[in-house]
Amino acid sequence: MTTMNTTTEAAVSKPAKLTSKQLPKATPWIVAVASILVAIVISFIAFGGFNIPVVAVLAGLINAIAVFAVSASYEGRRKAVDRIATTIVTSTFVLACVPLISLLWLTVSKGGAAISGDLLTRTMLGMKGVLDQQYVAGEATLAGGFYHAIVGTVLITLAACVISIPIGVLTAIYLVEYSNKNRLGKAITFLVDVMTGIPSIVAGLFAFALFSTIANVLLPGAAGIAKTGFTAAVALSVLMIPIVVRNTEEILRLVPMDLREASYALGVPKWKTIVKIVLPTSVSGILSGVTIAIARVIGETAPIMVTAGFAKTLNWNLFSGWMSTLPTFIYDSQLRPVSPGAAALASSERAWAAALVLVALVMVLNLLARIIAKVLAPKAGR
Amino acid sequence: MSKQIDIKDLDIFYGDFRAVDGVQMQIKPRSVTAFIGPSGCGKSTVLRTLNRMHEVIPGASVSGEVLMDGNDIYGAGVDPVNVRREVGMVFQRANPFPTMSIKENVLAGVRLNNKRLSKTEADDLTERALRGANLWNEVKDRLNLPGSGLSGGQQQRLCIARAIAVEPEVLLMDEPCSALDPISTLAIEDLINDLKDKYTVVIVTHNMQQAARVSDKTAFFNIAGTGKPGKLIEFNETSTIFSNPDTEETENYISGRFG
Repeated sequence: MTTMNTTTEAAVSKPAKLTSKQLPKATPWIVAVASILVAIVISFIAFGGFNIPVVAVLAGLINAIAVFAVSASYEGRRKAVDRIATTIVTSTFVLACVPLISLLWLTVSKGGAAISGDLLTRTMLGMKGVLDQQYVAGEATLAGGFYHAIVGTVLITLAACVISIPIGVLTAIYLVEYSNKNRLGKAITFLVDVMTGIPSIVAGLFAFALFSTIANVLLPGAAGIAKTGFTAAVALSVLMIPIVVRNTEEILRLVPMDLREASYALGVPKWKTIVKIVLPTSVSGILSGVTIAIARVIGETAPIMVTAGFAKTLNWNLFSGWMSTLPTFIYDSQLRPVSPGAAALASSERAWAAALVLVALVMVLNLLARIIAKVLAPKAGR
Repeated sequence: MSKQIDIKDLDIFYGDFRAVDGVQMQIKPRSVTAFIGPSGCGKSTVLRTLNRMHEVIPGASVSGEVLMDGNDIYGAGVDPVNVRREVGMVFQRANPFPTMSIKENVLAGVRLNNKRLSKTEADDLTERALRGANLWNEVKDRLNLPGSGLSGGQQQRLCIARAIAVEPEVLLMDEPCSALDPISTLAIEDLINDLKDKYTVVIVTHNMQQAARVSDKTAFFNIAGTGKPGKLIEFNETSTIFSNPDTEETENYISGRFG
């Protein structure tokens, strides 16, 4: 106690102490590696072998405790708390990456092993169980393919975009620029919120019910012809519109009121202000919002099944006949393999290859949106 | 060019709240009029009623008359868009359009109002407006770069160039120098002096020296307290306001004795 008193008294006349003990920069890494090693040793002693989940959990716990102990003993309590917070945040991030990376790894390794140019360019036309049996027996190459599903995915998603982007963006413009929070605006916001929560199968059933009713009126007894790619696109639009509205609305609200006023003050009418000033300023944000919406619906399975069925062959016509998309192709392959028994492996391999293509498609879309957003974004330029 | 503005019994509301009460004023053509007064006294609000920008705010409304050369801009059938083409405005914060280059910013008002310009016309107008705003020499080599790359003072002069490119009759300025350094402020004050040869200029300012330097007439607004409407206390020659004002309230304000 006496020493502490003298230091505080001395501090009055002496310049403030600005330096303190600090661990070397590499310390967290050394501690992390050491914790992993300790965890491996414990795993061998207690569980009799190398067990990844056990090692990971143990290493995380030991690391947290060790970081705190080392830091507290040398740097003091405040820095130790800081370090443990950093450790927890980093560990949580790593934890969140685990399922993501393992999923990507599984898709790439399984799909990558199966994928070939033939799979991408052929359909399931004329596919027989015997072909898969020959493949599994090693007598032939993998037959069949999912060209038709790629075409279906692209067409249906494109049609869904054509329907939902104009509706969604215009609705958002109404909400932000015209509604002034009036009753209609509030009602739309409420309905959009409700629509965001609609289960996707319900959207599919809605679209099918709508078009089969129309078909039944036009051609009694022919409700089945309502199963088309277009019906699927309408189902996807129901899911997509609320996302587009929400994202666009938020982006439009970010455009400063200053810019609108500057435009009005020049005698520019409101609609032209929106088209020439507000939209160009926010276009990159709107595009990212649209991409998120596309990524959300491109992987939908349930609404496609009830609206477009399962096609085995190529169909370019959105308005007539069944269509397959990659998700329904994957689902169908796993659930109803072409050949039962051991040869079902062939169907499974085609499904993994299709999954890889789907993931790649979403990634390419995201990348494209980022590039476009970067090109169109307002430049700071000096 | 340039018009006279007569304000008669102007009351301004935000929803039910009466923000400004009973303003009477006559603004002569080719003159500079300054609005001074404490924050919240309604001087910006009055300024924004002169080109019908006030009503952009939801719930805002106006009663009374604002006559521009005898025509009521709040009369029946008057299109605010047409009013704003006659009455330009420069805002407190420089707000060049971020997606446009310097040149496009200057031409924005003309282009967005559907006027087609040949390349030479566009170049001429750009140069004329930028010279008018005293900015030409600083930016003539980078007309195609984004306006947001300019300094704050240059951006504000770009906004002035944009406003005068549409050749309005009246130019409103809402604290145009409040975010600028003294050198940029001086540049804009010089500019205001030049502008009054052609335009009717109305400027809101918190800087009383600025009002004294640039304006011919000064209007002093004040507010009795929060929740009360702002009122025009005195409207007089600038020299009178700053040397021998009619009311004690004005005297107190300009000499720094408040309340």
